[in-house]
Amino acid sequence: MSFLTDEDYVLAADRRPLSALYARNAKAVIERGFQVIRSQNWIILVSGFFEPVFYLLSMGIGLGNLVGAVEGPGGATISYAAYIAPALLAVSAMNGAIYDSTWNIFFKMHFGKLYQSMLYTSLGPFDIALGEIFMALFRGFLYALGFTGVMAVMGLITTPWALLLVPTSVMVAFGFASFGMAITSYMKTFQQMDIITFVMLPMFLFSATFYPLSVYPLPIQWMVEVFPLWHGVELMREISIGSFSSATWVHLAYYVVMILVGMLFTTRRLRALFLR
Amino acid sequence: MAGDAELRRTVISARDLVKTYGDFNAVDGISFDVPAGESFGLLGPNGAGKSTTMRMIGGVTQRTSGRLDIMGLDPESQGPEVRAHLGVVPQQDNLDEELRVRDNLIVYGRYFGLPRAYLMRRADELLAFAQLEDKAKARVDSLSGGMKRRLTIARSLINDPKILLLDEPTTGLDPQARHVLWDRLFRLKEQGVTLVLTTHYMDEAEQLCDRLIVVDKGKIMAEGSPAALIREHSSREVLEVRFGTDRNAAVAPRLDGAGDRIEVLPDRVLVYTEDGEGSLEQIRARGLHPITSLVRRASLEDVFLRLTGRSLVE
Repeated sequence: MSFLTDEDYVLAADRRPLSALYARNAKAVIERGFQVIRSQNWIILVSGFFEPVFYLLSMGIGLGNLVGAVEGPGGATISYAAYIAPALLAVSAMNGAIYDSTWNIFFKMHFGKLYQSMLYTSLGPFDIALGEIFMALFRGFLYALGFTGVMAVMGLITTPWALLLVPTSVMVAFGFASFGMAITSYMKTFQQMDIITFVMLPMFLFSATFYPLSVYPLPIQWMVEVFPLWHGVELMREISIGSFSSATWVHLAYYVVMILVGMLFTTRRLRALFLR
Repeated sequence: MAGDAELRRTVISARDLVKTYGDFNAVDGISFDVPAGESFGLLGPNGAGKSTTMRMIGGVTQRTSGRLDIMGLDPESQGPEVRAHLGVVPQQDNLDEELRVRDNLIVYGRYFGLPRAYLMRRADELLAFAQLEDKAKARVDSLSGGMKRRLTIARSLINDPKILLLDEPTTGLDPQARHVLWDRLFRLKEQGVTLVLTTHYMDEAEQLCDRLIVVDKGKIMAEGSPAALIREHSSREVLEVRFGTDRNAAVAPRLDGAGDRIEVLPDRVLVYTEDGEGSLEQIRARGLHPITSLVRRASLEDVFLRLTGRSLVE
């Protein structure tokens, strides 16, 4: 290295909008993610895959024996396992995305100090957010692929439409991940993080995951229809048997809006999240 | 050094920096300028606001008020651009524990958008610089404290920074490792790299800093070169005499006039004086015979303790 002169000490400003937050280098964060996966025990990577599979085996086969066949989207008669499988995939997409964008971020922020070191480079907080969301979605993609494979093996897939379960599951995950990070920016302690579980669990249980929405009185149905998970469950269920309606578009639009609003929200909270 | 430093461009300019957490002022109106190539120190007890100031320079903590100019840019609105030319050694090592030693350097370089082929070479150079060649493939958590520190410092150089921020760089290092590090920092300084470091090791500040500010409770208490600060806030020499713990305080009044200033500590009495041996003669002439006596040069430590007080800071 040659001697630094005064001229070397003059920097030019970057006039792009949001240049303080985004350096167009999220790929470096993604590269790191893959590097970690490569040097990691693969069991850690696949452990999250088993949760929905266990649910499917216990509820689908166990409860399914009691319940028998049920009425699916568009009035089709399907097995109980085929009824809950796509819903479980939506739930697992939600859980994975929320875990990665809340607990994982919170931990790396306050204990791993990973972001602290990243932020002292020319990365902006938005690069980190994008990179981390990408890695979360990539993992979700692998799980969805595996779960759809299990459905096929169990004979629960009857239409080529079911292939769309995988990208749709990634979309559902994106919706939750985009909000998760923004919400984490408000969290200061572990106790506050428990609020997330408090919201997630009822959403999982009541979003028509295990039985149709029609079992509820109307006002409760309306409430459930506001939950993002319900839209994910319905969408996945329709895709799994290739039966679509005008409601399909509503579910899709719900997620598009959720992702856009979530990313905007997260971008606005980046300074609070990373630059205290 | 101070002579030609004045001719050089100012690369860090801070004006009335304030950082408030709730109703606590971590940094309370600090102003200073650092010219290119200078080695600038921030000295102060724990909690004085040194690290917060460093974080504001890097643009990773938002300041409450005040102006900051780093190489012509505001680090808050031009963070990535400014940090592309900064190297940072934080107080606590924050190495990537999920990556191996060499990958820590390469991946970190990628955060600056540097090409991988270049980084492979640069990583090997830096491993040599940090004397960690044989640890290239090791896991980070298997390194000793000193090795981790050296790796953190090597990592901070991956982007050939123009300004290097070092937050207590040698805390926790053994004497050998400290001297190795000082030598490395001297070499960087010779290449024209601007160094900004916080420390509470006075010998380190005297060794490394052209100029420094003493910070306490978020405010600047004094500013100058180490030698000038010693001249201004201390005497040339310090005579330390011990009469025994229970007698020190009682004897102290009888030492009046033996030096410019007398300070009574529980275990010894300090006499600040221009001529330590002369003062000791005077004391003996008064019929006082200390159990032990020591004449030493005044150090930054004396300045520091005088300015920031002796009470324990948590």
